Amino acid sequence: MNLTLHIWRQKSKGDEGRFQRYELKNISEHMSFLEMLDVLNEELIGKGEEPVHFEHDCREGICGCCGAVVNGTPHGPRPGTTLCQLHMRFFHDGDQIVIEPFRSAAFPVMKDLIVDRSAFDRIIQAGGFITVRTGNAPDASAVPVPKPQAEMAMDAAECIGCGACVAACPNGSASLFVSAKLSHLGLLPQGQPERLQRALSMIRTAEAEGFGHCTNYGECEAVCPKRISIRHIARANKDFHKASFALWSGSGGKASSVP
Amino acid sequence: MKLDPRIPSGPIESKWTRRKNEAALVSPANKKKSTILVVGTGLAGASAASTLGDLGYQVKVFTYHDSARRAHSIAAQGGINAAKNYQYDGDSIYRLFYETLKGGDFRAREANVYRLAEVSGAIIDQCVAQGVPFAREYGGYLANRSFGGAQVSRTFYARGQTGQQLLLGAYSALARTVGAGAVQLFTRKEMVDLVVVDGRARGIITRDLVTGEFEAHAGEAVLLCTGGYSNLYYLSTNAKNCNVSAAWRAYKRGAAFANPCYTQIHPTCIPVAGDYQSKLTLMSESLRNDGRIWVPKKAGDHREPDQIPDEDRDYYLERMYPSYGNLAPRDISSRAAKRMCDEGRGVGPGGRGVYLDFRDSLKRLGRAVIEERYGNLFEMYERITGEDPYTRPMRIYPALHYTMGGLWVDYDLMSTVPGLFVLGEANFSDHGANRLGASALMQGLADGYFVIPVTVGDYLANSRLPKVSADRPEFQEAKATAQDLVRRLMAVRGSRSVDSLHRELGLTLWEHVGMARTRESLTTAIEKIRRIREAFWNDVRVPGDAADLNQELEKAARVADYMEFAELLARDALEREESCGGHFREEHQTEDGEAKRDDERFCHVAAWEYAGPGKDPVRHVEPLSFEVVHLAQRSYK
Repeated sequence: MNLTLHIWRQKSKGDEGRFQRYELKNISEHMSFLEMLDVLNEELIGKGEEPVHFEHDCREGICGCCGAVVNGTPHGPRPGTTLCQLHMRFFHDGDQIVIEPFRSAAFPVMKDLIVDRSAFDRIIQAGGFITVRTGNAPDASAVPVPKPQAEMAMDAAECIGCGACVAACPNGSASLFVSAKLSHLGLLPQGQPERLQRALSMIRTAEAEGFGHCTNYGECEAVCPKRISIRHIARANKDFHKASFALWSGSGGKASSVP
Repeated sequence: MKLDPRIPSGPIESKWTRRKNEAALVSPANKKKSTILVVGTGLAGASAASTLGDLGYQVKVFTYHDSARRAHSIAAQGGINAAKNYQYDGDSIYRLFYETLKGGDFRAREANVYRLAEVSGAIIDQCVAQGVPFAREYGGYLANRSFGGAQVSRTFYARGQTGQQLLLGAYSALARTVGAGAVQLFTRKEMVDLVVVDGRARGIITRDLVTGEFEAHAGEAVLLCTGGYSNLYYLSTNAKNCNVSAAWRAYKRGAAFANPCYTQIHPTCIPVAGDYQSKLTLMSESLRNDGRIWVPKKAGDHREPDQIPDEDRDYYLERMYPSYGNLAPRDISSRAAKRMCDEGRGVGPGGRGVYLDFRDSLKRLGRAVIEERYGNLFEMYERITGEDPYTRPMRIYPALHYTMGGLWVDYDLMSTVPGLFVLGEANFSDHGANRLGASALMQGLADGYFVIPVTVGDYLANSRLPKVSADRPEFQEAKATAQDLVRRLMAVRGSRSVDSLHRELGLTLWEHVGMARTRESLTTAIEKIRRIREAFWNDVRVPGDAADLNQELEKAARVADYMEFAELLARDALEREESCGGHFREEHQTEDGEAKRDDERFCHVAAWEYAGPGKDPVRHVEPLSFEVVHLAQRSYK
């Protein structure tokens, strides 16, 4: 098939950036979307131009590196699919394809389709863990975990940290990402001791990083390549409110410590 | 060069305990004074960095990714082995040890493998405590599944994403120590050289992948946790950025490279679909439980699979290995598939594929059962190929998957450069000539959580390590070497892309140093590799600017290392005149085509020492002695 691509080119963080038009011929329907970009880059290199930069690594939908907005949708038209697993058979001869980076205030563009998602790491550093030092652990079978709870925790734990949820959200909210981690750890018995503090720290850090709030658009769930449910956001909000009260009761409830 | 494995004396069950008891300790006050540089944030790197940070060392950890959650450990599907014996099916540390050693075709060190089995249980404890959501039974206890090469059920798993969940566990531990200020994390920085001062590893040089700047980092010890080199072959199941560069540059600074020819080729991957193909995707080996593998009997039979009646099909694994059938081990199945395709009986585009057919299982068990067992794999297959495996047999073909070879390390995981430790897939130590399924995750975490905290402490306590500053000439020289490589790559201004040259190298290796090797093919390979290397340095084109985010330049520097490393791998394969595990020399096979070891001549580790540019590397030998197990031929009959 022959395609017309409109790709966002931006040299660096400071550069303004612009769309550039490319014509691509004889693309096989069996190629992945990223392989189609490889072909384009091979042509550009042949012409002595700089190839289109995009982040990618495993190319099997699990590392979370890749992602771009394709015709207005993060990761493109196929639900539950990362960009690397999207194949060209979902496009047609003569298609115009607009490709741009994940856009959000908290994800500055670094070059072409590459954005800086380090804010996600800082959110995890603020509380997305269970504090256990190596060697501290009791036997793995000491605490049984009910299967439905373990399954639900796993549903949330599948998040690959790609950032599509943020790119899709009109508020630029990271609520789906944050809540997936809160549910993953908060549903397990091992995650209980720090559950409320975790919610408080992660949500506050997300806010400080410049992510917006959730107002139930639901766009995040629609584009999540791992189909993570927005029900986790409801759980996160519940924990956040509980934490806001528990904070003063936890400190003994003395008048001086009431916020 | 002396290869002293430094294995503790005493019975095998007490060697590790003894090592731990005798290891010198660093006092809390002194830990703060020691800087440990950790390169890589996969399972080995993240687990080591977080543990050492908690212990109180100054830890700096480096990754070329944008985040410490991306390393290729994340893609492991099947599971992680541990001798917990929760199933009460007779498992024990000894059994896990024995099966791992035998699976490696008796080419690994007994003591290392025993320790791996010994700490395996604690890994599961640690991961559960971190919140890794392993699969559970209805009673809430941990579930296990069976895996190839084992007679018991000891594999722990988290759906088909065990690697992801274990890595996220290690990543969260790392994030916690970074948040607490115990570990400094450097993202988008690639190690480009090792700095050796007075014979000891004392630092690294990194290139900032955003600004192109080179930086020197000094420390008291360096840990390489930088993975394997399957991508040498261009097409492999590894992530695109996996590379040999950190290990290769350490090799050039004096670290011996052991057994580079031990490569693992996995039999069930989705075949190559076209010459634009960028990587290969693994389909879990578990599919072979219910799928039957076949090719047409006649070469050039291009009928649709459902038009080929049973009498015209060759279920070749069932025919050749009647007792194991479709569950024949990885190396045997891979070589058999290649043979069928070489005979012109391969299927699919290019004729490099065989059918994995679920027709009979679907008839016997019904669609619902197959969907429950393999639904996600069928979906993945459909997504990539556009073909529905419920109505049309899957096409599969072997692909490079894992490399058992790596930098030589002693029992303490220290390389031949004092102060340089190597963990995980980057070292050679535990899998011999072939790795069993679900053992890679186990090794990465064993090394990082449980081995290195003991051994690196012992090294620091026992060594006189005066502070070195990054202004020293050794750092400046290493930096200049790295800068010079970039300058030379940018200066070629040839006509060919990095990928096109890498592809050519990969194809050559796959053809001549792949599943079956001969003296002739290896000699040819070495000649061809030299020609491609010359073409690379005469004709590569790296566009853009070196002082900028430049992905072509990143690739070019890695491929430049592959161009050199390829020759060492071929040379190692040439020298090892026996067949063992993943290394199959056609001259050395039994009458029925199985690998034939030569324990008289090759019961040893081959470790290569760099001799300088343009000079032949020197092959050293560490003899393998077996005190506990008896050498036997692996039998699959």
